[in-house]
Amino acid sequence: MKPKFGIVVFPGSNCDHDAYYSVKKILGFEAEFLWHKEKDLKGSDVVILPGGFSYGDYLRTGAIARFSPIMDTVHKFAQNGGVVIGICNGFQILLELGLLPGVMLKNESLKFVCKDVYLKVENKENIFTKSLEKNILKIPVAHGDGNYFADEQTLKELERNHQILFRYASENGKIDPNANPNGSLMNIAGIMNKKKNVLGLMPHPERCCDPILGNTDGALIFQSAAENIFN
Amino acid sequence: MFKAIVIVKRRQTILDPQGKAVEQGAKLLGFYNVKKTRIGKYIEFFVDIKDKSAAEKEVREYSEKLLCNPIMEDFEFTLEEVK
Repeated sequence: MKPKFGIVVFPGSNCDHDAYYSVKKILGFEAEFLWHKEKDLKGSDVVILPGGFSYGDYLRTGAIARFSPIMDTVHKFAQNGGVVIGICNGFQILLELGLLPGVMLKNESLKFVCKDVYLKVENKENIFTKSLEKNILKIPVAHGDGNYFADEQTLKELERNHQILFRYASENGKIDPNANPNGSLMNIAGIMNKKKNVLGLMPHPERCCDPILGNTDGALIFQSAAENIFN
Repeated sequence: MFKAIVIVKRRQTILDPQGKAVEQGAKLLGFYNVKKTRIGKYIEFFVDIKDKSAAEKEVREYSEKLLCNPIMEDFEFTLEEVK
């Protein structure tokens, strides 16, 4: 059985079409756009909150998008075990919504960073990475506010519950400050909630699914989620 | 009716890369006495409520819910009655 992906479109989303193209045209799953003013997820099995600059990033990244009408439904969907993937701005929205802990600060360099990075996969006891054979993925980042911050207790909890899924690493998987593109604490690139049905990540897997682009590591995450969602 | 001014400040324990960069600019311009620059937000609006304590409650709730993210920010505000 193939899952259906619902891709939420906020004013200012700009990776919504990339996500749709990747999951539908490249990976062959069902996909549908969900306008942020709607309240119905239209039978989606996986909800993607895409990257972009929802509401112009005014006030704080994700701060206004979290009050969009559809987010009430997404919140309930996630609390009932529904699978939600927040990519870049989508991750920031999940933080503001409180489905994931912490905040994003401006990149330490103050620069917008747009490049390929290597991610170390920290655990495979979840649907997003369960089917992965690789332990290191190459996926691009493109953000100005990706400097993950949380207090010490939250960081300890994330580690204890194995909620940290991806860390910025060198090509051979070494967790190293030089591999950290934004100053994130503990090189955090992606985390999950305790139940491991909600994933937020700064890198853009939807930008590396099409073989014509020379890198398909991003597809592995969507495929893994799709393969394991109904098990 | 009250005019509210909310100041949102980054918590002291949180790095402020913007403040740091601006302070580098200060040094380049020769303002060597400038220290510990922190950048926050200034937000003003009107609250159409007659009672001051009710207006305060409104501003506090609004600030907590939207204007400020308590993980990294604190806020303070003033209210001034306008006719």
